[in-house]
Amino acid sequence: MAKILTEKLNLWYGDFHALKDVNANFEPNRITAIIGPSGCGKSTMLRVFNRMNDLIENVKTDGKVLVDGINILDLDADLVKLRKEVGMVFQRPNPFPLSIYENIVFGERVHSENIKKDRLDEIVEMSLKSVLLWDELKDRLKEPALRLSLEQKQRLCIARLIAVKSDVLLMDEPCSTLDPQATAKIEELMRELKNNYTIIIVTHNMQQAARVSDDTGFMLLGELVEFGRTQDIFTAPRDKRTEDYITGRYG
Amino acid sequence: MKKNSHRTQKIAFFFLFLATLLIVVPVGLIVVMIIQKGLPAINWQFLSDVPRQGMRAGGIFPAIIGTIYLVTGAIIFALPIGLLAAIYLSEYSKDSMLNRLIKLAIVNLAGVPSVVYGLFGLALFVIFFKFGASILSGSLTLGIMILPIIITTSREALESVPQSFREVSLSLGVSKWQTIRHIVLPNAIPGILTGTILGLGRAAGETAPILFTVAAFYLPQLPGSIFDQAMALPYHLYVISTQVPNVDEKIRYGTAFVLLALVLFMNLVAIIIRYKFRKKKKW
Repeated sequence: MAKILTEKLNLWYGDFHALKDVNANFEPNRITAIIGPSGCGKSTMLRVFNRMNDLIENVKTDGKVLVDGINILDLDADLVKLRKEVGMVFQRPNPFPLSIYENIVFGERVHSENIKKDRLDEIVEMSLKSVLLWDELKDRLKEPALRLSLEQKQRLCIARLIAVKSDVLLMDEPCSTLDPQATAKIEELMRELKNNYTIIIVTHNMQQAARVSDDTGFMLLGELVEFGRTQDIFTAPRDKRTEDYITGRYG
Repeated sequence: MKKNSHRTQKIAFFFLFLATLLIVVPVGLIVVMIIQKGLPAINWQFLSDVPRQGMRAGGIFPAIIGTIYLVTGAIIFALPIGLLAAIYLSEYSKDSMLNRLIKLAIVNLAGVPSVVYGLFGLALFVIFFKFGASILSGSLTLGIMILPIIITTSREALESVPQSFREVSLSLGVSKWQTIRHIVLPNAIPGILTGTILGLGRAAGETAPILFTVAAFYLPQLPGSIFDQAMALPYHLYVISTQVPNVDEKIRYGTAFVLLALVLFMNLVAIIIRYKFRKKKKW
């Protein structure tokens, strides 16, 4: 069954039609890449899945987005639950100006006021282990997170999601501020994580999409032009526009 | 040609520098003059005694205490209201006609002459609410006067917290209010404190708003409740400078010195807080 399913998803920013009849199916335990030129609506679509577009005024959405079979566009959708389940990794690593430890337990502390310290310690260890940072950082947990390297910060941001028990990770160009070596490490982490998570990554780096994803969607001017197995998209695209884009004729 | 433009630049630079230097001169002169003439008057008796012989001798203790009461009262009133308003304006309000009107009102409130606040305080607190000329009336009047300062600086402090902090927090399933409480406010507190202290300094130094609402010409005993009148430093300075003949210059400048020291001290605290925060800030 699909983890996230969109049916006739449309979105307008004021008069601007940013997403047009998008039908897509994101399967669990796979990495799906969304590619396309700047302004094609790929980040917008990502931000529908955890309703972050709600923060912008004048946005209108219609159609259906089912996460585990529940339509999250419903007015009475439980946003707190949704956003815990569907976590987001942003383009710029953005830890809070707190310690490494406090960054990871931030969500948990706010959600359950009188949680035990032992429990928090467990969460920190588990989350840092999942992002392969535990050995590096276990003796530095009280240090400010802003002192970490960019790559470590981005891992920490992923750990922060794991701590609130997300099971979908939305990644909005998570490597665009990183150097190639750090990028390779984050990609390796993504492959590791996909055993337990559903990962959707927006990227305008086609090599990255080809390297890391199982499925790929190509978007252009708000339309999802083609969606399928990554291998098929990159070797035998059915749509002329997809072919033009991946062969670098524009973008 | 090239040489010429270089020279023009030098001349322009010189005048710009001169204009900037001119700002420092009056500040320096005032401070030096007050210190020179006022410092000799400062001793323990001056600070701790009540005025005697028709304010021609003795100290200024009741005026110091009165000013401290008034400033404290003003802040108790203005800080919570100002902070809540700032939170509403920066975090919740949308760009609507009403909100633009509110923002315009705040800017205008800051521009109202202080004597008008005094008259307003007289009409509303002293007469309409029947608080009489009292510490309560004076504090409320000063509070309204410093509200715009507190709202504006708090709003700036809140808005300088990076948007990404709010986004991440919300994306972790944390509610809007929790985000404000746990992320936005803690990072804005130094800025809010700075604004509050600047407001305090302003409240401590104003004469007009307290003229009709609280200030006593001569009240040797300390006020017993918030419904009593009180002496205050700026008004006392006005009285001994213009209303009472033959007051020793030393006493006048001594009073000015204490008032100036109080206000400068508050501003210094604000500067230190801001400096420490800037050093810590890393985004």
